[in-house]
Amino acid sequence: MKALSQKRRHPLAAIALLLMGLLVTGGLYAVASTVNQAKATTSTNANDAEEGGKLFAANCATCHGMGASGSQAGPSLVGVGAAAVDFQVGTGRMPMQMNGPQAYKKPAQFNEEQTRQLAAYVASLGPGPSIPEAGLLDEKGDAAAGGELFRTNCAMCHNAAAAGGALTRGKFAPALAGVSGQHIYEAMVTGPQNMPVFSDANISPEGKRDIITFLKQIEANGSPGGADLGALGPVSEGLFIWIAGLGVIIAFTIWLTSRTS
Amino acid sequence: MGNHSDGSPNHSGTVATAGQNEVEKFQDPGIPPHRLRLADTDPKAAKRAERQVALLFGSSVVGTLIFLVAYFAIDLGDDTSIATIRLQNALLGIGTAFAMLGIGTGIVHWAKALMPDHEVSEERHAIRTEEDRLAAVRIVDDIVEETGIKRRPLIRNTLLGAVALAPLPALAVFGDLGPRPDNTLAHTMWAPQDGKLKRLTRDPDGTPIKASDVTIGSAFHVIPEGLNELHEGKLNEKAKAVVLLMRLNPESLNPSPGRENWGYNGIVAYSKICTHVGCPVALYEQQTHHLLCPCHQSTFDLTQECKVIFGPASRPLPQLPIAVDSEGYLVATSDFNEPVGPSYWERDEHERNRNA
Repeated sequence: MKALSQKRRHPLAAIALLLMGLLVTGGLYAVASTVNQAKATTSTNANDAEEGGKLFAANCATCHGMGASGSQAGPSLVGVGAAAVDFQVGTGRMPMQMNGPQAYKKPAQFNEEQTRQLAAYVASLGPGPSIPEAGLLDEKGDAAAGGELFRTNCAMCHNAAAAGGALTRGKFAPALAGVSGQHIYEAMVTGPQNMPVFSDANISPEGKRDIITFLKQIEANGSPGGADLGALGPVSEGLFIWIAGLGVIIAFTIWLTSRTS
Repeated sequence: MGNHSDGSPNHSGTVATAGQNEVEKFQDPGIPPHRLRLADTDPKAAKRAERQVALLFGSSVVGTLIFLVAYFAIDLGDDTSIATIRLQNALLGIGTAFAMLGIGTGIVHWAKALMPDHEVSEERHAIRTEEDRLAAVRIVDDIVEETGIKRRPLIRNTLLGAVALAPLPALAVFGDLGPRPDNTLAHTMWAPQDGKLKRLTRDPDGTPIKASDVTIGSAFHVIPEGLNELHEGKLNEKAKAVVLLMRLNPESLNPSPGRENWGYNGIVAYSKICTHVGCPVALYEQQTHHLLCPCHQSTFDLTQECKVIFGPASRPLPQLPIAVDSEGYLVATSDFNEPVGPSYWERDEHERNRNA
């Protein structure tokens, strides 16, 4: 402890402290944002719907109303389909923690079975998009075609490298790395929150399979140029070079003009 | 000036204090006293500095070797993986950095630690007017005389010719910025051709869109029918004609008089080119019905005919009037009724001609 306090006036102490703080914050964030996903299967039966109805009444009806008919606090869920429930509950966005510009992704509150039961219940209320078949999620589509579709339909909000981006008034399009193919598919067919709907009449199921293939491929390949700095383009790269590049130049000029002992 | 390369302190520059009655007068403080470096007095330190310089030069040699090994030993064929290319790039960069930095830092360290560092002052003298001027003129005359440009007209004339012709490539280069677009900016591919209305088709594959395909909350990225079949100027036409097609609850739309028929059952189409500087405005929020331009955050409200509600854009996005043809496909009933995209010099004139 004494050795530590003696070193606190060392010229590098401030930098070391800053580095330590950054590492701790980054580490905590990485732990907190660890993906926790529940996979739902497509098999549903009447029993599931019945169990789901009980779960719904206990956990969702406060906002969405009894029978999912909607209330002041939340929209009606009649006709949103099983895909919407699997996406919203499976990614932890629902139940919502608090009101705000956007519901955040967080550890799922229901397990796989409960999610399936809730989805079965909501699907039983009215026809809507169902959970996609496994064949569409095999990531074996045409990545090049998927890339073209992605750049036309998705890249303006989600960023060309799928790193996400800002929208208006506190809303944002999330990064797509680490999102399961099933959730990506369900987001496209249901249009959660402010995302537009990309129905099968707009992008065919094969097109969606291609997009998922593309996303999984760029995720697996990583950044060919080394550190991608969040893949946010000129903002993060410019900031880095201004701070690090100019810092190195300043350090060199100080060294050049300093006297040797 | 004095020779202090032996490291002896400089005694000539003692600081004199000004006398009480001569406050105005400033005396030359001279050169500050010379301070000896460690390497000047201690042969061990000098030896150490020498080794450090050698080490820096040595790191440059190692850097060069890393570069050469990475360049020749890593073989890039057709089936090279991205990881290999990445490794080679990293090694080439690291090698070059060490090769250059090693030489540079080595020389600086050498100069700072070992080379003589005696202070030197150079006298400044007043400019001697006429004599100096004449001397300068003489120098110029000498140069002209020595080049022999007066005696060798062949050289002079060819030089003049070369200098006169040299700017011509610039004419060609800047000429490629033209020709002036004239009123091509005022029209897009959406204008009906031979009385046939253009269908709205999907970007990029060009398949037509049925009104029934466009469910509430959907956003379609649209190009005009026939764009993919164009042989030249396809990108220019696409840059003007791209459209975003959305469907919302018809009650949310508030069309102004004369524009009630421009949409179809809540389906509306707006130009995707921002009226600020022409970025594609395609960030559609389906709950707030806002369209956001990613470049400068101009925000357009779809429920108010894409009025600007935030940001630097000055005009609403132009709306494309649409209808449904006999087969149920969406068609554009006419071109945009104003030039799309950002302002340009003749824009107002083009818009007036359009509505005349």
